[in-house]
Amino acid sequence: MNLETRKPGQKKFRNIFLVSWFPSFFLLLCFLYSLGSCKREERGYRVAPPAADKIQTTSVSELHPAGGEKPGPVKNHYEENAYATSEGQRLFSAFNCVGCHAHGGGGMGPALMDNKWIYGSQPQQIFATIVEGRPNGMPSFRGKIPDYEVWQLVAFVRSVGGLGTSGGSPGRSDEMSAAPPPSSMPAQTPQSAQVPPPR
Amino acid sequence: MKEIVSIFPIFSATEMQSALDPAGTQASEISSLWWLYFWILIAIFTLVLICICIAVLRAGWKPRESRPNEPPPQPSAATDRRIFAIVSTCVVATVLILFALLFIDIFASRSVYALSSEPHPLSLKIIGHQWWWEVQYQDPDQPSNTMTTANEIHVPVGKVVRLELTSTDVIHSFWVPNISGKKDLIPGYPTKTWLKADKAGSFRGQCAEFCGHQHAHMRLEFVAESHSDFDKWLAQARQNARPPSTPSQQRGQHVFLSNQCIMCHNIEGTPARATTGPDLTHFASRTMMAAGSFPNTRGYLAGWIANPQNIKPAVKMPPNALSSDDLNALVDYLESLK
Repeated sequence: MNLETRKPGQKKFRNIFLVSWFPSFFLLLCFLYSLGSCKREERGYRVAPPAADKIQTTSVSELHPAGGEKPGPVKNHYEENAYATSEGQRLFSAFNCVGCHAHGGGGMGPALMDNKWIYGSQPQQIFATIVEGRPNGMPSFRGKIPDYEVWQLVAFVRSVGGLGTSGGSPGRSDEMSAAPPPSSMPAQTPQSAQVPPPR
Repeated sequence: MKEIVSIFPIFSATEMQSALDPAGTQASEISSLWWLYFWILIAIFTLVLICICIAVLRAGWKPRESRPNEPPPQPSAATDRRIFAIVSTCVVATVLILFALLFIDIFASRSVYALSSEPHPLSLKIIGHQWWWEVQYQDPDQPSNTMTTANEIHVPVGKVVRLELTSTDVIHSFWVPNISGKKDLIPGYPTKTWLKADKAGSFRGQCAEFCGHQHAHMRLEFVAESHSDFDKWLAQARQNARPPSTPSQQRGQHVFLSNQCIMCHNIEGTPARATTGPDLTHFASRTMMAAGSFPNTRGYLAGWIANPQNIKPAVKMPPNALSSDDLNALVDYLESLK
């Protein structure tokens, strides 16, 4: 628009994108930043029936043969996967774990939200506890729950005790609960504990 | 002719899943309302098209280019009056038509909700799960008579049915187009609706609220039948599962009870009492399986048990690594649960 055809009182058209580089640069940054949300985590729907053999040799105590290496924890990839951990949360109720452990606070069975672990807190130790069962009440679920679902349960059980990952732990419980949701659970140092004496 | 009709699915006559082939009181009210709207809107649409055509043709009669130096015509007082008359007539007609449709709407929904005044309806509770329907037949006189089934609803023709709807995970919506309108199933907030089947037949229902990966495969069979057939069906459905009779079926029951199946499914009369998955007490009496995903045949059943994730990805049922003999026996047993 040139000056000859301008009528008095008509304001000059101002394009903010041309006047200053800063707003457009800022918008571009926002757009690039939002691209990060396009990445989704994997959801393993077609899970191949797995075989967890190494669990056979899992130790649940601090005692080891002389000179032996203390085995490290088995990595459970489901702990970093929010979908798998929330599936564990669903199965925890569906398979009636809540019947004895309540929603982590314990009842007939030991609490899971504290830092005391009678049979170990490492993923493979919890896996073995679910699959093999433990004396004084914990039934064996061998053959009843497919291995990948047990690993999902393991991921959830660890997140209830504050041992989960920040990205994978559920941010919300499905039930009314006295404990904070797993993602807000403070980190705790696992300690070994004894089976409580019969009352 | 049939091919032409099938291009416009709304015009095809008899359908298992069509709101325009009503077989229930609710659906017939909804469908007559739909047709009324359809014809009124068709009339308005045609009128508008005709007006556009006239405008286009008249503009063509007086091309502007032939008279380049002539000033644009000034509207006379008579033209002004005519335009005012036409516009005000159209505005008044629009308001009147909208009000008429509003009142017809109100009366139609009133006659739909008149069903709720029935004092002794058949009471059903429907619980939505990802991605199947749990159906409970209640007996107000004897709560222990409550019968649970899945993905298949039988109702007697002419009887008012009261549905109580709820959900355990996300929002679903109950919709049998031939029988009823939609009603949402909301977790923690039971909703109610009433329906009545006027014609016998088998119809398909469908979840009408997007509820996850397999929303499209969340269907149900809706069977409207005579009172005597319904009573016979209900009496049979309230029985315990029949015990296995052949050695293969006995082995199949053992496989069911000693493997993963028992963790989620219920079969009345056996130790399998879980309620996470669909009730299988009379599984073989149902025509479809996996929430209406495919017909209940031996092949589909065996493939489904072996790896449901191949057929319906993300379904909550895990793969079952059974030996072929065990799988065959298990299918034998499940097929005997009439």
